[in-house]
Amino acid sequence: MNKPVEGRITDMKERYKGGVLKYAQMGYWRPDYEPKETDMICVFRITPQEGVDAIEAAAAVAGESSTATWTVVWTDLLTAHENYQAKAYRVDQVPGTGPGTDKEQQYFAYIAYDIILFEEGSIANVTASLIGNVFSFKPLKAGRLEDIRVPVAYVKTFKGPPTGIIVERERLDKFGRPLLGATMKPKLGLSGKNYGRVVYEGLTGGLDFTKDDENINSQPFMHWRDRFLFCMEAVNKAQANTGEIKGHYLNVTAADMEEMYRRAEFAKSLGSNIIMIDLIVGWTAIQSMSNWSRQNDMILHMHRAGHGTYTRQKNHGVSFRVMAKWLRLAGVDHLHAGTAVGKLEGDPMTVQGYYNVCREGYNKQDLSRGLFFDQDWCDMKKVMPVASGGIHVGQMHQLIDLFGDDVVLQFGGGTIGHPAGIQAGAIANRVGLEVMVKARNEGKDILNEGPTILKNAAKTCKPLEQALETWKDVSFNYTSTDTPDFVATPTAS
Amino acid sequence: MRITQGQFSFLPDLTDDEIRAQIDYAISKGWAVSVEWTDDPHPRNCYWHMWGIPMFQIKDGAAALYEVNACRKAHPEVYIKVNAFDSTRGVESMVMSFIVQRPSHEPGFGLQRTEEAGRTIRYTTISYATQRPSGERYSS
Repeated sequence: MNKPVEGRITDMKERYKGGVLKYAQMGYWRPDYEPKETDMICVFRITPQEGVDAIEAAAAVAGESSTATWTVVWTDLLTAHENYQAKAYRVDQVPGTGPGTDKEQQYFAYIAYDIILFEEGSIANVTASLIGNVFSFKPLKAGRLEDIRVPVAYVKTFKGPPTGIIVERERLDKFGRPLLGATMKPKLGLSGKNYGRVVYEGLTGGLDFTKDDENINSQPFMHWRDRFLFCMEAVNKAQANTGEIKGHYLNVTAADMEEMYRRAEFAKSLGSNIIMIDLIVGWTAIQSMSNWSRQNDMILHMHRAGHGTYTRQKNHGVSFRVMAKWLRLAGVDHLHAGTAVGKLEGDPMTVQGYYNVCREGYNKQDLSRGLFFDQDWCDMKKVMPVASGGIHVGQMHQLIDLFGDDVVLQFGGGTIGHPAGIQAGAIANRVGLEVMVKARNEGKDILNEGPTILKNAAKTCKPLEQALETWKDVSFNYTSTDTPDFVATPTAS
Repeated sequence: MRITQGQFSFLPDLTDDEIRAQIDYAISKGWAVSVEWTDDPHPRNCYWHMWGIPMFQIKDGAAALYEVNACRKAHPEVYIKVNAFDSTRGVESMVMSFIVQRPSHEPGFGLQRTEEAGRTIRYTTISYATQRPSGERYSS
C-alpha cells in the first residue's frame, strides 16, 4: 500500500526543470536533519488519504507550510531557497491507531522551520505561516498541530503577559491560595443595575473576582457603559465592606479595534484593575490589547471563546496547548485552561499539560501530559490559568490537588445557584477553599480526606453545609475526546 | 466588621499550634518567614511595619512563633500578619500571608464617592481607624 519514497533530488538542473515533483524529491523530507536551536519545530498529527505515503504526506505538510507550490517554479532560484524550505525530519506512527484499532492510521510528523520565516513578535505571522495553508490540503484527510517548540531567540521577540502571576498577586495583595471568581448568571438579559447587584453580592460574600461572560458585549438589554458604571459601584462597595481588593473583568470585546480601545479607556477611568477580551477578536487585536494593558496597569483576562471548534477533536485542528503557548507569547494574564472535573471537555493529564505551559519557566518534555518538547520561556511572565465550568465547592480538594495555588477557580452556577443566596454561595466557596489550603499546608492528604475536611468545616458554616448538600451528586463523567497518546508505564523492578 | 485580607480570614482565628504548622510548611519549602504589623488596614497599604527583618534559612518554626508572640506583646491592639517569601528565579515574591492578630474592635471602611462627568464616580475607600493618629486608633 505504501509506495517507496523517492529521495531528494540534489542535481540542480533536474530539481528545477519544469514539471511536478514529489515533495520528498523537492527536498522537504530530510531524515538526517538535526534541528537547530534557532529553528521553530512543529509536530503535526496527520491522517493521510488512502494510498498517500506517510513520509510524502509529511514532506507535503512541510512544503505547503513553507515555500512549496504544486509545481516546480524557476523563481525559487532567485532566492537562497534551501533556507526557506521547512524540513520534515521524523515521522512516527501514533500509538493506538491503524490496523487492529478503531481509528485510521495517524502519524506524528516533526517539521523544522528556519527562524528567518517569522516576523519578530507577531503571532499573526506565526499562525499564518504554520496553519494558514496546510489544513485544507487534499492529500491529507485530517491534520492537527499537536505541539510546537518556539526557539529562545524567537521567544525573546515577544513582551509576553502584561502583568503575570507574580505582579497580579502583588497588586491584589493576595498570596498563598487560589483566587476565587464567578461568571455572572444569567448570561444574558440582566439590566445594568441588576447585573451590578449580582456582582456586589458575590464580591461582598467573599469572591475575589466576578466576570462578564464571553457573549456580553453591548446588547439591547444592557449597554456596555451602564454595565461598567454599575459594576464599578459594586466592586468598590464590596471592597469597602470587606477591606480586600476586588475586581470585575469588564469585557471590552467589540466589533472593531477603535471601539475596544474606547471601552478599555472607560474601564480604566472608572478605576477597574482588570479587563477581559474574547479569543475570537483575533491575534492582532489580542496583541494590541496586551500592549494597551501593559501601558495602563491593567490585568488582561482572556476567555478562550470559540477554541472548541478546532481544539477538541484529536485528529483535526490545533491543540489547545499550542493555543496556550501562542497566547502566553502574545501576552495575556489569565487564560481559561480547563477544570478536568467540570462540565466542559478536558482530561486531567492533558489539562495539567496546559497549566504547565501557562505557569512554568521551563517546560520539560512530558508525553503523558501531551508536551512533546522542552520549552524554555526565558523568564517570560507566567499566565494565571482559570478553571471555569460546572465546578462546585464539593470538588475543592480535587481542584487544589490537580492545580495548586496559582489558579483562578470560578464557580458561576456554584455561587449564584446557592439556595440561601449569592453571598452564602460565595462564603461557602471561600471557606471551602481556605480550609482546604490550610489542610494541605498542614500535610493532610486532601485528595482522600477532602470530603471529611469540608464536612467538618461545614459544622460551623451553614452556607457550606447547604452547598455540599445541594450539589452532592453532581459530577460530569463522560469519555474525553482529547486524551494523551502516551501513558507513563511503570518500569519493571 | 472583620477584614478578610490574607489566606485564612474566613476561618476561625488560628491557634498558636495552627500558626506553627503554617510556618513549618513555609520552612519545609525553603521560604523565609516574616512578621509585620499595622494600624492602617487599607487594602492598598501593602507596607506594614516590619517586626524585624525576614528570617532567612530558618530551621526551627519555634523561633518564628516566638517573634509572633513578642510582636503581640509589644502591640496588643493592631493587625499582625505572618508572611513567607520565595526567592526562586521566576517567583522572587511573597508566597504566603495570613493574619494572626486583630484589634478587639475593627471599625472597617467607608466609601467616598466623588461625582464626575456623565455618570462617572471616583471612589475612595476610607479607613475609619486612620481618622485618628497612629497610637490612638484602636481602643483596648
